[in-house]
Amino acid sequence: MSSNKNDVTQSITQVIAASSLGTLIEWYDFYIFGSLAVIIGQQLFPSDAGASALINTLAIFAAGFIVRPFGALVFGRLGDLIGRKYTFLLTLVLMGGSTFLIGLIPSYSSIGYAAPILVLILRLVQGLALGGEYGGAATYVAEHAPVGRRGFFTSWIQTTATMGLFLSLGIIVLTKNLIGAEKFADWGWRIPFLVSILLVGVSIYIRMKMHESPVFTKLKSEGKISANPLKESFQKKANFKMVLLALFGATMGQGVIWYTGQFYAQSFLENTCKLDFNESRYILLWAIVLATPFFVVFGSWSDKVGRKWIMLSGMLLGIIFYRPIYQYFIDATNVKEFQKTELKTATAPEITRELVKGEKDSIITTTSYKTLNSGFTFKESVVKIIPDDVLAPLPEDKTVIADVTLPGKTYVIIILLVFFQVLLVTMVYGPIAAFLVELFPTQIRYTSMSLPYHIGNGVFGGLVPFIATLVASFPGSTPLSGLWYPIGIAALSFIIGAVYIDNRGDRNVMD
Amino acid sequence: MNVLKKILGILWIVLGPVIILFLIMQAIEKVAAAAEGIARTNTTLQWSIIILIFIPICAGLMIFGVYAFKGEYERLPTSSDEL
Repeated sequence: MSSNKNDVTQSITQVIAASSLGTLIEWYDFYIFGSLAVIIGQQLFPSDAGASALINTLAIFAAGFIVRPFGALVFGRLGDLIGRKYTFLLTLVLMGGSTFLIGLIPSYSSIGYAAPILVLILRLVQGLALGGEYGGAATYVAEHAPVGRRGFFTSWIQTTATMGLFLSLGIIVLTKNLIGAEKFADWGWRIPFLVSILLVGVSIYIRMKMHESPVFTKLKSEGKISANPLKESFQKKANFKMVLLALFGATMGQGVIWYTGQFYAQSFLENTCKLDFNESRYILLWAIVLATPFFVVFGSWSDKVGRKWIMLSGMLLGIIFYRPIYQYFIDATNVKEFQKTELKTATAPEITRELVKGEKDSIITTTSYKTLNSGFTFKESVVKIIPDDVLAPLPEDKTVIADVTLPGKTYVIIILLVFFQVLLVTMVYGPIAAFLVELFPTQIRYTSMSLPYHIGNGVFGGLVPFIATLVASFPGSTPLSGLWYPIGIAALSFIIGAVYIDNRGDRNVMD
Repeated sequence: MNVLKKILGILWIVLGPVIILFLIMQAIEKVAAAAEGIARTNTTLQWSIIILIFIPICAGLMIFGVYAFKGEYERLPTSSDEL
């Protein structure tokens, strides 16, 4: 598409490519942290922190999401004042710089608690930058898109978050396979962070060549730019009520569906079902590859039938099917039970003995690798604590299952179930950029759409792994208890969206 | 539908403080359990963060409820001129 006002000669394809590449890289930067939560937890916290290390790392991960709305406010305001192009160039630099620096932070064993504090600060910068990026890219593409095709064109931007996750998982798995698990856990986990600086450099080069949005340029030439977009967005009731509607009726539910399907699923398979590191990531990678085209399918379809019911159907299906799906994950990977009847082979036990840290009690760990008739393989460790005091009662042995790999049929079924969850993501997320862009006028669009998006997606969605893991750790809870958080939020959002949102499609965005 | 929007508005007004109260009660219970060594991971810091994040969101839900009750969502704007 071209504009006479500012000599824009770039085609919509170039606009989408340049916007999407930068956004994809920002998502990549943002998600490496989550994909490496377990390893980063071991690096940033004391070695005996156990489950607390994972939850604290997920809390740092979540901190990046929590500040996203503030980034939306700061950079959204800039975008509505100085333009879309320069604002999201700035966010790209901040994101790339902070990701690179996370890769250089020494571990807890070198600098103590300064390590998690420094990472937290950089994570906050990442969150601020991402908060400014997405709204700019979606607005930029939507303002270039032809009438009646806005859902289709913005859906390409919508693929970037998932593709960023895919890229982060791919680089992590590739690095780990190249250098080996031990080196990866020691220092190799830093490589995906350091690689970011190259990707960001390429994206900055491409974006420098882009023109400003024609709609914004027209507004600027007419002297209609908002003097205070923040005030107009949130102090003017007519705008603020739409911000609230967008948050509670759409982005809140979209956020939890996104992070349950694409983060919690993998985290659950790895931490609850004890799947092997690569196995859980390959499953997600397959699911993403199969489902990603549907972002464009649903985005395009929303141009014809409206945005509302596609998004709400995604939420409803999540509400109905999450618990049965996760119950299947548990039942289908319960090797502790399966081995009672179908144990095929077991390696000779390796026995290690060490002292409990700071005490005189001993820990004896007996490890063996087992294969079942059905094709499962896994590592089983029996941990026995021997008190120094011979008269003290013996604590119960603890059996720890790890590194489970699945037989073909179970593997395929789990891929399909994760694919189904990512499909729901494409339903709620594919049309939402067009939906948000159409809800607000050009003058305050960057600011107004960014805030509900980042509270919904960033805060409600980003907190899914942290809150769900926390809830599942409550005394008396089950592994499925954590799902009540995304189910409850999606249900609330579904009701509000169904009752209060209109199903109108393509609105005028040139105002 | 407009009547339903208003009735649900009352529900959102009530739901905001109820959620906050629920979170505070959960925080007290879980932090106490952690202090007794029943659950190691439920710390004061984590719960403080959760409550701090959700207080403004619940306030937003209440305001949304007030708007809904007053009929602000009976007809949504069709163009930016109406905003």
